[in-house]
Amino acid sequence: MSGRVFVPGDAAAVAVGADAVAAALCAEAARLGRAVEIVRNGSRGAFALETLVEVETAEGRIGYGPVEAADVTGLVAAGLFDGGEHPKRLGRPEALPFFARQTRLTFARCGIIDPQSMADYRARGGGKGLERALSLGRAGVVDAIARSGLRGRGGAGFPAAIKWKTVADAGDGPKYVVANADEGDSGTFADRMLMEGDPFLLIEGMAIAGFAVGAAKGFVYIRSEYPHAVAAMRRAAETAAREGLIGPDAPHPFDLEIRVGAGAYVCGEETALLDSLEGRRGQVRPKPPLPAHKGLFGRPTVVNNVLTLAAAAHILADGAEAYAALGHGRSRGTMPIQLAGNITNGGLFEAPFGLTLGELVDDIGGGPFTGKPARAVQVGGPLGAYFPRSLFDTPFDYEAFAARDGLIGHGGVVVFDETVDMARQARFALEFCAIESCGKCTPCRLGAVRGVETIDAIRAGRERQANLTLLADLCETLKFGSLCALGGFTPYPVMSAVKHFPGDFDATPKTPAEEAS
Amino acid sequence: MAQIFQPFDPDRLVQIVSAHADLEGPLLPVLHAVQASFGFVPGEAVPIIAGALNLTRAEVHGVVSFYHDFRSEPAGAHVLRLCRAEACQAAGGDALAGHVERSLGVAIGGTTADGAVTLEAVYCLGLCASGPAAMLDGQPLARLDPDRLDAVIDGLAR
Repeated sequence: MSGRVFVPGDAAAVAVGADAVAAALCAEAARLGRAVEIVRNGSRGAFALETLVEVETAEGRIGYGPVEAADVTGLVAAGLFDGGEHPKRLGRPEALPFFARQTRLTFARCGIIDPQSMADYRARGGGKGLERALSLGRAGVVDAIARSGLRGRGGAGFPAAIKWKTVADAGDGPKYVVANADEGDSGTFADRMLMEGDPFLLIEGMAIAGFAVGAAKGFVYIRSEYPHAVAAMRRAAETAAREGLIGPDAPHPFDLEIRVGAGAYVCGEETALLDSLEGRRGQVRPKPPLPAHKGLFGRPTVVNNVLTLAAAAHILADGAEAYAALGHGRSRGTMPIQLAGNITNGGLFEAPFGLTLGELVDDIGGGPFTGKPARAVQVGGPLGAYFPRSLFDTPFDYEAFAARDGLIGHGGVVVFDETVDMARQARFALEFCAIESCGKCTPCRLGAVRGVETIDAIRAGRERQANLTLLADLCETLKFGSLCALGGFTPYPVMSAVKHFPGDFDATPKTPAEEAS
Repeated sequence: MAQIFQPFDPDRLVQIVSAHADLEGPLLPVLHAVQASFGFVPGEAVPIIAGALNLTRAEVHGVVSFYHDFRSEPAGAHVLRLCRAEACQAAGGDALAGHVERSLGVAIGGTTADGAVTLEAVYCLGLCASGPAAMLDGQPLARLDPDRLDAVIDGLAR
């Protein structure tokens, strides 16, 4: 046997003690005199099972989880290194229902390979997307992305190919590719997992975008709250340059730099991100000009989310038609959905668009871990609407969510049980907007503060009706008067809470039972 | 582990700035490096950085004050950043925040009287399926409850 043992190095595994588990496994192996190679893979994304330890055996990889350091001696005594029986033995991870029901394209390698091994990456198809891109030529790449139907995974859902074509057609001279890894939405972690678990895929996607649009320089802008992802990307970028995936001697010469944000949610907005990269306050720029025309340092720039660039790489490798064949309505391909908050089987669930919210929350997610029913689900981050159970039939699809005054955003699904106070959540949405507003436009800067005050008045029972009308009016102003989505979308969580959970805005909130009667 | 920082030193600052001078848009990398060395961005560093990068003092101050990460004052020996965003709220984060504030005797945003711990809010660490989550001196912590977090804090060298 090769003796490879996998212990995730993903931040979410480290956060529940994976480093101690790895150390304990090393110590046990040394005590037994066994040659064991510990691989720090990414996470497969079933976080209730972390730390998920896997061993290579004759029947394939066998998982054990959730493992704590204190379990290791017993597990090893039960024969963990040979796949032995134990109450925490899970069998083959791929066969677990949570994974068996997924269609993993973007996350095909994540949690399986050694994320820093170019040999592992290439052995599982890595690098084929760039090869195919080079053989198709620049226009051929843009055409393939167009045929795949790929839309921006950051939240806006804008067709990726149109952005790329605009930059490709923007004449000569310096151009840039920027990966937006400022994944600030609560309830989302797909970018983080991918950067930690399969960083070369993002690098390959960026090289492909650079080739397609004629850019020789790329930046990955990662939020500072993700130190593990920053370290993983820095190391992977060095390896990729050494191994010729990028760098001056690569088939498409491409220089990549990893940059770190400094704690500003608004920098997830692409123009604020560009200002931040330039070394300025992360303030939103009015559009036009679009970044595709005048972006970083005034040059034509592709700004795409991590998942969009990663998808481009596997779309090129596996074919646009295969990708476009999956999905629902105008939302093609797969979406890495992130199940979060109060949920039993939380984690990363990549599937073609079209599953209903109810299937995701109750069926796949297993409902709240508190054992109480889910009452509200916020989809799409802090700027996404709260959905009540009565809308659980909504299919996961850009247009279907928009039709119900919501958005899928970056694919975060945050579940709350029946103890949630929705007036408090609405207040938090405005409070968060006030904390994170860049201050450039008045509706967002002032409106968020006035909104918090108005909700406080409503909750205190002061002129409730008049203040609810004022709140709706204020949200209208934010929605149509703000420069970017921070101010523009904060009304989604606020007004959805008011609309679907009106009882919570009474001076004394009603219990769920009273609300139902 | 408490982070050890060196006292402010203008010569060291000039070295830091020159090491980043060739970058496109060097200010954020410079400020991160300054804070990594000194633990904060001292006021007297601002004109030196501005001069070296051909920026105005106002521009540098504007950037330092815009971003939540940059400190104008040193933090406590340990920094505990508790996630206060929605996914952790849904998983019991509000109760945990109240508990930590009471047990440390300091509100979020403050530093304990002995200078041992600075307690801060953070809005998402990407550990949203394992909440409530926090980060202590850069180390992620998840599936927290009052007992587990108390044990972590009690284990800190004061």
